Amino acid sequence: MNSKVIAYVFLLFLFASIVLAADFSDPALETIPEASTERRVEINSAENFDKMMVVLMHKRCVNCHPSDNIPKQGEDSHPHYFGMARGEGNLGYEATNCNTCHQAENNDFSGVPGAPEWSLAPASMKWEGLSRTEIAQSMLDPRRNGGRTPHEVMEHLTEHELVLWAWTPGIDAAGNPREQPPVPKEEYIQAVKEWFEAGAIIPEN
Amino acid sequence: MQISFSINGQAQSIDIEDGNTPLLWVVRDILNLKGTKFGCGKSACGACTLHIDGEAIRSCSYAVKFAEGKNILTIEGLGSSEAPHPVQQAWIEEVVPQCGYCQPGFMMAAAALIEKIPNPSDDDIDNNIVNVCRCGTYVRMRKAIHRAAELSQSSNQTS
Repeated sequence: MNSKVIAYVFLLFLFASIVLAADFSDPALETIPEASTERRVEINSAENFDKMMVVLMHKRCVNCHPSDNIPKQGEDSHPHYFGMARGEGNLGYEATNCNTCHQAENNDFSGVPGAPEWSLAPASMKWEGLSRTEIAQSMLDPRRNGGRTPHEVMEHLTEHELVLWAWTPGIDAAGNPREQPPVPKEEYIQAVKEWFEAGAIIPEN
Repeated sequence: MQISFSINGQAQSIDIEDGNTPLLWVVRDILNLKGTKFGCGKSACGACTLHIDGEAIRSCSYAVKFAEGKNILTIEGLGSSEAPHPVQQAWIEEVVPQCGYCQPGFMMAAAALIEKIPNPSDDDIDNNIVNVCRCGTYVRMRKAIHRAAELSQSSNQTS
């Protein structure tokens, strides 16, 4: 072997040694994957927030969270026909109220939607016209959310039949299916749970 | 499917294949009580209004399965020729009906109203009586509801 070959082999071994010595248990390098995990959690939380809010801002939800005490109807969120309004107890007027027409299930004969406990959300839960961060702040504020803890809010959002009705909204009087929220129900439920478990962090915008 | 309820004070039991059948259809076509009318079929006009456990209900939008164990009252059970309900008496006195088709629904809605609000204001009437009358008898109905409230209160005082 001439000296050039020996030098080449030596450099090759030297390079291989350096690569093999790069132990990923090295504390200095461990910080990178840890930072990635935190960042991943942050990104997941933001994605979950997006999924949750795109559902909660959908007309199937906001139609019954009015800011003017007038329930809204339909895909265009028009004011409820017949002059219906919140009334006392969020159920309309004394002798003409939600249950005059709305029962515990959708009615496919008349096209009238229905679910258990059909009513307007309480006046403190006005969402109509709010931004998604404002709605999230409202949801987490015990003065406005009915005194619920974050866990109770999470349960309400993922288990209450009236909330989940949004994915089985039935048909309207013309027989047309009502629009569902843009995220599948199970995906929404998972996103809501993960968002709360990650600390219910509301992004700045 | 067997469904049992009380209607106009009489126990009733029906056997029906589809429990989602509108109560209105059962009342009219099975029980042959024709006073309750079919109007729009989508819970908008109120011609089909009757009472279930004292609450005004649009029976075209009420699945009969939900009537199990309930007390139903139709216009036939509200009063009689000999002893009309105050709303019926007031309707007669104020000569409210024109074609008459929607009137049973209006009277049932009005009876529910004065049960809840014995002396309703015009605003109470506007808020609660949202049925539709194509003959436009609304002015006479308003007078009749006020009159019915008077009759109801005077009969309560004498009884």
